[in-house]
Amino acid sequence: MSMLTITIDGQAVEMPAGSTILAAAKKVGIDIPTLCQLDMEKQFNQQSAACRICVVEIEKRRNLAPACATSIMDGMVIKTDSQRVIEARKTVLHLMLSDHPLDCLTCEKAGACKLQDLCYQYGIEVSDYPGLRNDYPLDASNEFYTRDLNKCVACRRCVQVCTNFQSTKAIAFGDRGFTTHPVAPFDKGMSDSTCVSCGNCVSVCPVGALLSKSKEKFRSWEVSKVKTTCSYCGVGCQMNLLAKENKVVGVEPMDGASNSSLLCVKGKYGFNFINHPDRLKTPLIRKNGELVEATWDEAYGLIADKVKATKAEYGNDALAGLTSARVTNEENYLFQKLVRAGFGTNNVDHCARL
Amino acid sequence: MVDKNQLRIATRNTGFIDPESVESYIAVGGYQALGKCLAEMKPADVIDLMKNSGLRGRGGAGFPTGVKWGFAAKYASDTKYVVCNADEGDPGAFMDRAVLEGDPHNVLEAMAIGGYAIGGNKGTIYIRAEYPLAIARLKLAIQQAKDMGLLGDNIMGTDFSFDIELKYGAGAFVCGEETALIASMEGNRGEPYTKPPFPAEAGYWDKPTIVNNVETLANIPAIIMKGADWFSGIGTETSKGTKVFCICGKINNVGLIEVPMGTSLKTVIYDVGGGIPDGKEFKAVQTGGPSGGALTYKDLDAPIDYENLVARQSMMGSGGMIVMDEDDCMVAVAKFFLDFTMDETCGKCTPCRIGSKRIYEILDKITIGQGTEADLEKLRSLSHNIKDTALCGLGQTMPNPVLSTMRVFEDEYRAHVIDKKCPAGVCADLLEFTVVEEKCVGCTLCARVCPVNCISGKPKEVHVIDQAACIKCGACLDKCKFDAIIKQ
Repeated sequence: MSMLTITIDGQAVEMPAGSTILAAAKKVGIDIPTLCQLDMEKQFNQQSAACRICVVEIEKRRNLAPACATSIMDGMVIKTDSQRVIEARKTVLHLMLSDHPLDCLTCEKAGACKLQDLCYQYGIEVSDYPGLRNDYPLDASNEFYTRDLNKCVACRRCVQVCTNFQSTKAIAFGDRGFTTHPVAPFDKGMSDSTCVSCGNCVSVCPVGALLSKSKEKFRSWEVSKVKTTCSYCGVGCQMNLLAKENKVVGVEPMDGASNSSLLCVKGKYGFNFINHPDRLKTPLIRKNGELVEATWDEAYGLIADKVKATKAEYGNDALAGLTSARVTNEENYLFQKLVRAGFGTNNVDHCARL
Repeated sequence: MVDKNQLRIATRNTGFIDPESVESYIAVGGYQALGKCLAEMKPADVIDLMKNSGLRGRGGAGFPTGVKWGFAAKYASDTKYVVCNADEGDPGAFMDRAVLEGDPHNVLEAMAIGGYAIGGNKGTIYIRAEYPLAIARLKLAIQQAKDMGLLGDNIMGTDFSFDIELKYGAGAFVCGEETALIASMEGNRGEPYTKPPFPAEAGYWDKPTIVNNVETLANIPAIIMKGADWFSGIGTETSKGTKVFCICGKINNVGLIEVPMGTSLKTVIYDVGGGIPDGKEFKAVQTGGPSGGALTYKDLDAPIDYENLVARQSMMGSGGMIVMDEDDCMVAVAKFFLDFTMDETCGKCTPCRIGSKRIYEILDKITIGQGTEADLEKLRSLSHNIKDTALCGLGQTMPNPVLSTMRVFEDEYRAHVIDKKCPAGVCADLLEFTVVEEKCVGCTLCARVCPVNCISGKPKEVHVIDQAACIKCGACLDKCKFDAIIKQ
């Protein structure tokens, strides 16, 4: 691919054709703020370029251009921090804020909110353009998340992720003009849609419009993040467990090779078992009709004894093994090895084939 | 009516031929241009001819048609599309409708020529569903052309095939913007996307696509037949040919006109348009519809072309001309246009979605007497920033009516804000209806016509209007036979 040279804030940058201004700026350590830009979209013309926060000045162009959705051209001269650019970004923020509640004190998203961060960065306390605000009822009809469109900044990330990545297409944009907002079919609640509750829209929402329903109240700075692999199936989705006071209170997707920042409903919301009092933490052995806690050595010893006894009395094919989709590929491999080589039978299967 | 100031190229046949008869079109030389292209010209020759003619897009932006065709021709693709933009949405503009209803074959022929030039075989007319007659005539015309071998496979016995289908718009103004139009044609929400890539590279179904306005296309067969020199001999240095305008508002001859580029505003308004009715004084003319700006008496002698209008902070747009007289309040006019764009913004980008609403709100505040001088500054800065940041042409031009009226009629804005008066007597909240004591004869007519009974007085005595109760409907003023009621 041919390399192009452009100048950003006086610095020359060489980038492959097709790169965005945003990527070129990043390469030389220049920070251009973004809001609607979605990393998952790999091609520049897939970005919605709706929020207009990332606008930059390009020499010989009449209007400012969105850095996230503008591909570089050879010899481009770009300014990312001119007075004109700063004024434009501030205006965009003033407008966004004019249709957004100022309830950061109680908003769960505070601390992880892009709008809050940007207003902090540009020193915007209240909007210069106060006016009528949209007024929508809170939609809590989904089991796993709430949707408060009063906080929506219409960045479109939720619709993009639902349409282009999750491919569920449960939401799209409805209405025109000032009341343009994401809608489920016929603008009914989320429970009346084809939503599969994967929560990917919640993960990408830059503000507090989409929030996971949570048993625990927590703010972003109260949690520590532990990177792990989802334990529900063999895909190997990467994710962070959010832990507050040694208790898992939430999950956020990570960009892993197999999941590209996506999760399913189980990975995103099925974490309550971790801290559940009924969760099995040690093997149990039935003694005198009652299940009693045992050590792993005891349990393995019992299993080995039973396997040996069954083999001796009824033959190898009296045994069978059934493994689970919740363990990794490697564990599944070891398990079938145990059954074939250890038990001496091909009676081995897996729950995903049921 | 023969008018020496007018020259009809795009509308050369409208009103003169039977639009439902292909023979009628052929009788005036129809389809000869397509025949000439297929028989005598290579596609590259057609594009060169279009470039040399200097024809520019009549839909608003004024991009050179030949250059656009050249781009689309350059990209190799198994399929290329010719799209006719017939989503005429400017308030008060209906030239495309006139051409489609009066001369549909002209547009079909031009599209086929475009297809031949760029190497495309598929044409689509995106037409607003509110034009049922135009749709019916286009359908009929397409069928007639196919029956005669002028459209469809192997046109006129050559290897060139070209077919045209219709797509209906649902009335969204933004779908006149070419990328939104393409999104709508593909069955998606009618919303623009960031350019580049331009449609000439990746448009309809990501294939090279030319999007041309109806009026642009309507010029093309004439240009092919009469030559580039003929066309480029008409008009000004940068704007060739003619332009169709819809003059409406406070003007005697309301309707469609076609004049050479470079004609002065004065000629259009006074000679062609017949001047302002009722002896009123000309105040301004809005060109370019809701995306344009107001021109005043200072601009009357300026030749109308793309550059001159932009230099005066207006634009050509699709050619709407709304004439205003002394009775029109320019703040109210700006508010009217913002009311329109505020409803029509697709809501995709922040500045247009929220900004249009906020501009409207500030204008509204000014017209009800609650505006401040700070509001004027806010209007200016907000408008400039919206122009700079909005995604598509709609948002980038939406503040134009505000900026241009503020520039030319700043005193009128200041009168609203500082004196709390509407000089033109339009903004109801700033008006006061009063009885002139010397003139009132006490006929009681005003009291009887007042819908809120706020006028009191005995017969044959001077009447009084209760200002607190008055709803400023103006009924008394209209009814009074003695000019005893004034509004100010």
